[in-house]
Amino acid sequence: MLKTFPKGGVHPGENKFSAGKPIETIELPKQVYIPVAQHLGAPAEPVVAKGDVVKTGQLIAKSTGFVSANIHSSVSGKVLKIDKILDTSGYKQTCIVIDVEGDEWLETIDRSAEIINNTDISAEEIRAKVAGNGIVGLGGATFPTHVKLSVPAGKTCKYLIINAVECEPYLTADHQLMMEKGEEILIGCKLIQKAVGAEKVIVGIENNKPDAIKHMTELSKKFEHIEVNALKVKYPQGGEKQLIKSITNREVPSGALPIEVGCVVQNVGTAFAVYEAVIKNKPLFERVVTVTGKSVKKPSNILSRIGTPINMLIEAAGGMPEDTGKIVSGGPMMGKAVSSDKIPVTKGTSGVLIFPEQIAERAETYNCIRCGRCVGVCPMGLEPYLIKNMAAVKMYEELQAERALDCMECGSCVYVCPAGVPLLDYIRLGKANLNKILRAKKS
Amino acid sequence: MAINRLTVSMSPHDHGKDSVKKIMFGVVLAMIPALLVSVYYFGLDAIRVNLIAIASCIFFEWLIQKFLLKGKTTIVDGSAIVTGMLLAFNVPSNLPWWIIVIGSLVAIGIAKMTFGGLGNNPFNPALVGRVFLLISFPVQMTSWPKVSVLNFAMTDATTGATPLAIVKEGLKNGETFSSIMNNMPHSYTDMFIGQMGGSLGEISAAALILGGLFMLFRKIISWHIPVSIIGTVAIFTGILYGIDPDKFANPLFHILTGGMLLGAIFMATDMVTSPMTHKGMLVFGVGIGVITVLIRVWGAYPEGMSFAILIMNAFVPLINKGFKPERFGEKIKK
Amino acid sequence: MEIILNTLISLSLLGVVLAVILYFVAQKFKVVEDPRIDEVEACLPGANCGGCGYPGCRGFAEACVKAETLDGMFCPAGGNEAMKNVANALGQTATEKEPQIAVIRCNGTPEKRKKTTKYDGPVSCAVSSALYGGDTDCQYGCLGLGDCVAACTFDAIHMDEESGLPIVDEDKCTACGACVKACPKSIIELRNKGKKSRRIYVSCINKDKGADAKRACDAACIGCGKCAKVCAYDAITIENFLAYIDFEKCKLCRKCVAECPTGAILELNFPPRKEAVVEKASETTEIEK
Repeated sequence: MLKTFPKGGVHPGENKFSAGKPIETIELPKQVYIPVAQHLGAPAEPVVAKGDVVKTGQLIAKSTGFVSANIHSSVSGKVLKIDKILDTSGYKQTCIVIDVEGDEWLETIDRSAEIINNTDISAEEIRAKVAGNGIVGLGGATFPTHVKLSVPAGKTCKYLIINAVECEPYLTADHQLMMEKGEEILIGCKLIQKAVGAEKVIVGIENNKPDAIKHMTELSKKFEHIEVNALKVKYPQGGEKQLIKSITNREVPSGALPIEVGCVVQNVGTAFAVYEAVIKNKPLFERVVTVTGKSVKKPSNILSRIGTPINMLIEAAGGMPEDTGKIVSGGPMMGKAVSSDKIPVTKGTSGVLIFPEQIAERAETYNCIRCGRCVGVCPMGLEPYLIKNMAAVKMYEELQAERALDCMECGSCVYVCPAGVPLLDYIRLGKANLNKILRAKKS
Repeated sequence: MAINRLTVSMSPHDHGKDSVKKIMFGVVLAMIPALLVSVYYFGLDAIRVNLIAIASCIFFEWLIQKFLLKGKTTIVDGSAIVTGMLLAFNVPSNLPWWIIVIGSLVAIGIAKMTFGGLGNNPFNPALVGRVFLLISFPVQMTSWPKVSVLNFAMTDATTGATPLAIVKEGLKNGETFSSIMNNMPHSYTDMFIGQMGGSLGEISAAALILGGLFMLFRKIISWHIPVSIIGTVAIFTGILYGIDPDKFANPLFHILTGGMLLGAIFMATDMVTSPMTHKGMLVFGVGIGVITVLIRVWGAYPEGMSFAILIMNAFVPLINKGFKPERFGEKIKK
Repeated sequence: MEIILNTLISLSLLGVVLAVILYFVAQKFKVVEDPRIDEVEACLPGANCGGCGYPGCRGFAEACVKAETLDGMFCPAGGNEAMKNVANALGQTATEKEPQIAVIRCNGTPEKRKKTTKYDGPVSCAVSSALYGGDTDCQYGCLGLGDCVAACTFDAIHMDEESGLPIVDEDKCTACGACVKACPKSIIELRNKGKKSRRIYVSCINKDKGADAKRACDAACIGCGKCAKVCAYDAITIENFLAYIDFEKCKLCRKCVAECPTGAILELNFPPRKEAVVEKASETTEIEK
């Protein structure tokens, strides 16, 4: 029996077209657009001005608080302007626009391919390097990693769980990264383990990647206290709370963080970024992006610089298909549909999906027929139909009582709804408004 | 390259591809075996009743939607066909056409559209229609044609009582259950196949179970409601039968006769009027089972399935409130 | 006969007993209310729109009775007249307020503001704006999904099918502010109704740079400042590439309207300009010929 979480979940078609495609680099864009808000928390403050010459890896925007992250230039060149540019959020955000000239990296970055297994670094130093190099969670939520590495006083971390589940259909970036950079990832895991003081590291991989499970199990034998777990293929296996439940059978209480049950969860891509930041001194300015879709000619895994417009990635994957109807940044279940093909790649862009017109539009909408499927598949044990109705009529106190804030927006309810009810649209709105009310009450 | 105008919508961008239409036509498909059996035993009358019921249900829904509610046409979703067929399944096959039309009007007009159409009705429309007819036209609604194999002549067939009515009458007159069963023209095998008097679609246990398995396979229904209803009836009547086998019918008889299986598999499982959670469904099923037995054994009517389902329909909002799904992170395990 | 008699007696008895019970229960649970609340409520329009900031007309009436003065209490739906009646009922004086009306500050019709994406989701501005900036390149403008229409209790705001923008019915609008609160883009503003209900306002809230704004919408305010220069009353301010006309200062001279290069400043209910009159006159004569 493979490990899994007990409640809810769905199994969407996997469609992993780009599986097994080697990670490739593409030519540098002529211009990059680097948003200052690429992470959860306060946006960074630009420290360069128009006309400044920057090198690849140079700090261009400084973190403005504990829950915030540094932003580094992904190219060398001249700062053209600081302007408002449309990004993944669907709104115009402050971006630093850099004209690319050559590719001159900061001297402090070790560009050699040599794998250095050096974990003899103090926890403080690891945290400082992670924070300094602007590492954020690369699974998609982009939570600043140094915050997660700082275990609050009075709490201890028993398990460090590495999320290599990649439960989103289509995406293969983490899978390919494990195949190519497995050893670096495991060194990264050891570094994170040291920073949080965990007893054991467990890498969770969904069972649809047998090659990655084999490869990582093989490699993990070289290290102490690292274990690889195969997990059942079920969405959302990679949800933080679901993953902890699957692997340790511990349930994170409502509203609490994983550290409450002695766990810290990090994405596998983050582990690699931590390795590069700590050992190679390389800031987070590039990431692996899966570019795929049913009609994409050459589905690929591309190592892209942050700030590259996504149409360049699509060009590299064989060009924009004629029948393109929707472009999604991220996975099909939780990703965001973007309103232009020129939006830049950010730290949270795990994939660029291209949907043909005929499947871009949503299912036909009927009245809710109260079939209860949304209730059955909700991994958090909520009642989506009820929360949606309450959100639509603005019953915020009841929303809180129904634990609407526990919803992690995995989209399972909408996926199964035979009536095509836009449950999550209203639930998100309700959650946002409820959060606003709660914040106002606090202050 | 110029691209098309991109569609922007909220996640998820993938859908399970199941729709209300598919579910409704799945239910229709599941009812086909029972329909075939009824044609076999009642002749073309069975088709006549079905067609009239379906046509009038669709017509009334279209009429109300178009001229009273002034919304977009909803008849394409197939729910009116399901209501029509279920209503037809619940009446005798020799019912005059105008009574069927009245039943359809009550089912669609009063029980469904008044509340806002599909998804908003608290009571099962077909059952409301049936119960309305049962109370308004008791004679026509309880004169069951005798089964005759493949009789397409459409002559006025003789009528007879249902096994349930025979047993109820007999027990009232002081006969013992075993002696009634000895004089019963139908054996248990007959009842299982469908050779007995009764409403058009309720006679064949085999066909209904086949349809139920199909719906289970297609995940249109879950096992909770049918199993809890039948289980409750079996246990409850089993206890009674154990106390006095002369005065009470045995559980097998209760399950195979009347609308028990039709109700348990097709009527009580109606998504709109049943609870949302599996726990709630079990409570709902137990309630229906208990009320059915109470009516059958001590009530005035020989059959209590329709009333039991309607009564429990009224409790659904309460059940939904009382039996919530278990929240993630509710219990902190050490 | 006996049956009828028995029925009559038993039912009458039952009635008497129940009446006695009801009387005592009513006595026990009697709520003493200030009779003036009813009086005040009678003066109010009874629309329960919430424009006063209290839950319904009854709530407002209670608040009026409790409050020592009527300062800051205003019923936008009933207007000055209703407030005068309320003041009379309470023996106080009401503060007069200039009548106001809701104004739609977006003029991005489909011709002027091209659609660049397709929005696929519920017909709700709130949901749409939670998703992204909107289906045009202007992320400030009207989404056209009608949250304001749904919020209006006076049936005073409607979507115009051709322009895709809401239109305020001047006779019905009471300036209760429900639509202002409902609009996630904050396009709707309450402005003084003006003499003969003549108004001049900037029908745009795009805060992007002029070039960006113009690219997104032909009717956008580009913040060029020409209107501010021509205004003799200092009523126009430019902030974030956006002009705003202060209705308290504006004297309705109409100079700015002619000056605006994008036609973002709208005038309402003015008689046609002289040139326009001449043109129109010649047109009519031509038709007559």
